[in-house]
Amino acid sequence: MQSIHARFRVAHDGFTLDVDLLLPGRGVSALFGASGSGKTTCLRAIAGLEHAPGGTLSVNGEVWQDDSRGLFVPTHQRPLGYVFQEASLFPHLSIRRNLEYGMRRVPERDRKVSLDHAVELLGIAPLLERMPDWLSGGEKQRVAIARALATSPRILLMDEPLAALDLARKQEILPYLERLHDELEIPLIYVSHAPDEVARLADHLVVLEQGRAVASGPLGETLARLDLPIRLGEDAGVVLEGEIAEIDQAWHLARVAFAGGSLWVRDSGVPIRQHVRVRILARDISIALEPHADSSILNVLPATVEELADDTHPALALVKLNAAGAPLVARITRRSAARLVLRQGLAVWAQIKAVALVG
Amino acid sequence: MLTDEALAAVWLTLRLASVTTILLFLVGTPIAWWLARTRSWLKAPVGALVALPLVLPPTVIGFYLLVVMGPQGPIGQLTQALGLGVLPFTFRGLVVGSVIYSMPFVVQPLQNAFDAIGERPLEVAATLRAGPWDRFFTVVLPLARPGFITAGILGFAHTVGEFGVVLMIGGNIPDKTRVVSVQIYDHVEALEYTQAHWLSAGMLAFSFAVLLALHASGSGKRKSGGK
Repeated sequence: MQSIHARFRVAHDGFTLDVDLLLPGRGVSALFGASGSGKTTCLRAIAGLEHAPGGTLSVNGEVWQDDSRGLFVPTHQRPLGYVFQEASLFPHLSIRRNLEYGMRRVPERDRKVSLDHAVELLGIAPLLERMPDWLSGGEKQRVAIARALATSPRILLMDEPLAALDLARKQEILPYLERLHDELEIPLIYVSHAPDEVARLADHLVVLEQGRAVASGPLGETLARLDLPIRLGEDAGVVLEGEIAEIDQAWHLARVAFAGGSLWVRDSGVPIRQHVRVRILARDISIALEPHADSSILNVLPATVEELADDTHPALALVKLNAAGAPLVARITRRSAARLVLRQGLAVWAQIKAVALVG
Repeated sequence: MLTDEALAAVWLTLRLASVTTILLFLVGTPIAWWLARTRSWLKAPVGALVALPLVLPPTVIGFYLLVVMGPQGPIGQLTQALGLGVLPFTFRGLVVGSVIYSMPFVVQPLQNAFDAIGERPLEVAATLRAGPWDRFFTVVLPLARPGFITAGILGFAHTVGEFGVVLMIGGNIPDKTRVVSVQIYDHVEALEYTQAHWLSAGMLAFSFAVLLALHASGSGKRKSGGK
């Protein structure tokens, strides 16, 4: 029963959200889509902030909404944590009182996360006695996350928690979110329109478009689907999971080993054996029939062509490759595809121009 | 200086304004909350009804109150059936009149304060396990505090300054309905200008102090609300 099942239909002001989602009961599920795709409405419906009539929702075996039985648990009785886009701290309470607000309303036997732990996880100990007005945007958002955690929620919902922040503040918070991802036992649903955040944090990806879920599945598989890169545009690409296997001190490189082989990336100080993710954009992969020893490209993987598809622009094609089990997507011109006579099952070499370590 | 009569009028006025202000908080808060949150079509008519005393001559309000609270009026019949007698020309009657007369001065600042809070803090509180009453007392009340201060000051001061309604439904009974404004009128009628001066100057100073307090609290609010 470790899963989240949500079925909602909300229609207002010419917009319809119509989703039937089955999400894993652990890890990070990203609801990804452009603004107006319905991802925030979906999250609000899960929290009960919006009542989608006729909907059903169960979270790890607990039913929170089933209108056919007249059941709708009001938000304040759902054991969830919610982080809004703007931190929305209570301006009349100190940071400590903000953190305690939710925790004190949870019965003692249900408190699994201590205030100290939440404070430590988000690194906000020095802020406790201040008032919210004196905090920076990034600090406020960290307090808001800790405040939600301190209620020992059974699910954590985040509505674009980084969208209102500048790049530097984002970089400040992302490591904390990664820590949540690694340390929390509870499912986290993360709404975002930023592909880089999704690549870093998500385990499961739901792509929403005009109120409908056009894809839902494990991150790696879903990103490698050829019908999605079209929607992702320049951000199309895959994410591979692996671990640091070797560090080349002389050339400042690190080798990431994953199921289908290994890739060299810039050494960013991540220790050996550390679990990491790498992101490879479709536009950074080119295809050759022979391995070129005379090129500057460091990472060349043997692969077979699995699928070919048209991209949005008529000059471009998308090629799905299988590199010993690891899915890759390459964006090349259709002329090149024709010249190389690419077809399903053909053995090729994937030349990877850039690999980003995303955490 | 002040005669015993005048002192009694001052005491009565303060009592009336205090009781009225307390009742206005109790009645006006739910009305203001409803007006700030509802999407019902009744919002506009109810809002207009509450604001009526702003534009109506006090004598008109007093006249109608006299009619409905009188022995033949619907409220009069009700109060008689409840064994309360009739309300006109009693302190209770004055309180009822004052509550209606000063209602917009309490409801409007509160409604503005509730509007300004918006939905977000309430939603946040709900996700932090606070039920509806809990949210009202721990989030709305503290955030709307400047609105409550303004509403209290305006409601109290406006009740102190009323004249027309009192004259219509209260008459001029010492210790029961003769408030300061009526007492001043009496003094002037009797050509007792010295006594009229004392009371009038007192009212002037009081009114000035009220407005000063209001402005001071207003600027204080701006400072703490600054982002």
